[in-house]
Amino acid sequence: MTTRIVELRRGILKKNDELAAGLRDRFTSAGVLVLNLVSSPGTGKTALLERTLRDLRARGMRVAALVGDLETDNDARRLAASGAPVRQINTHGICHLDAEMVAKHLDAWEAVSFPALDLLFIENVGNLVCPSSYDLGERIRVVLLSVTEGEDKPLKYPGLFNSADAAVITKIDLAAPCGFDRDLALKNLNEIRPGIRVFETSAKTGAGMEAWLDFLAGEARIR
Amino acid sequence: MHELSIASSIVEAVTESAAAYPGARVKAVRLRVGALASVVQDSLQFCWELATEGTPLAGAALVINVLPVIVHCAACGIDSQLDGVQSFRCPHCGQIAADLRQGRELEIESIELDEPDSPTAGQSYWSTAEQDKMKEQA
Repeated sequence: MTTRIVELRRGILKKNDELAAGLRDRFTSAGVLVLNLVSSPGTGKTALLERTLRDLRARGMRVAALVGDLETDNDARRLAASGAPVRQINTHGICHLDAEMVAKHLDAWEAVSFPALDLLFIENVGNLVCPSSYDLGERIRVVLLSVTEGEDKPLKYPGLFNSADAAVITKIDLAAPCGFDRDLALKNLNEIRPGIRVFETSAKTGAGMEAWLDFLAGEARIR
Repeated sequence: MHELSIASSIVEAVTESAAAYPGARVKAVRLRVGALASVVQDSLQFCWELATEGTPLAGAALVINVLPVIVHCAACGIDSQLDGVQSFRCPHCGQIAADLRQGRELEIESIELDEPDSPTAGQSYWSTAEQDKMKEQA
């Protein structure tokens, strides 16, 4: 027997990364802004998205959403009330979306054709760990943090928070009853992801939504 | 718990690469995993056993080399290793340093193979030297 060492230097998720790069090219050439929304379960991704889809449509923007969950199409039905095209991805036990799932669903989605779209939101499976490794071809990764979760979430889950391009602090209407320390939350976000863009919203009252929507509209204009 | 997906991806990639060495047995797989890669080592080791069970990779060791985070400080102009993943500041000047130079890696560095000495035992018509030459040409 001879022992041989073979250098591979190959990304473990190379297939996903290649698929994601292909998707990114497709999104860029079609001029669609794609966002990947990540957070723990119950942070309010769907509530933020419900309001965002509705309000962006009211601004005349063409929006759509792909929404991931282990089971049920509850979120897709909620979001469809906005009038925007929505498609559910059920992962059946898998804790994250990957580029292949996104590609497959986009190909099968007759209601959506790319050049006729300004923004596509991908709502990831609620999980603060696993989605961080899987590029979906998005241009902007948005991490959500609710005031009910505690200010130290970024410190506890640095891998995901560090991979985000923007953060939304949700449920700010509950900040006072929860004793939410805003300064500490902002400090923690900046320790883990220095300079991250932060939005503070309440999908319930509409507080802070304007700044968030302006940001999205502005980014969608960058082609 | 995406370690099972990751373990399966490693099995797939290693099986593909090892196919170039007929008759060889994979003894070890070495990984480079960044401190920010969101991978739990114990969990990955556990899933590795599950994912390799009943495959030619069964029994192969998984060696995980964890890489610390390295940031580039714009003020000092140097790259520095961070002690943890709780604060992204230059250890020299204390300025925030968001420019990550290492820490998100998730890659297979190398595989260690046991190869039979005689080409016939390796179920290959070609000698090891010939195989190497073919690989070079490919």
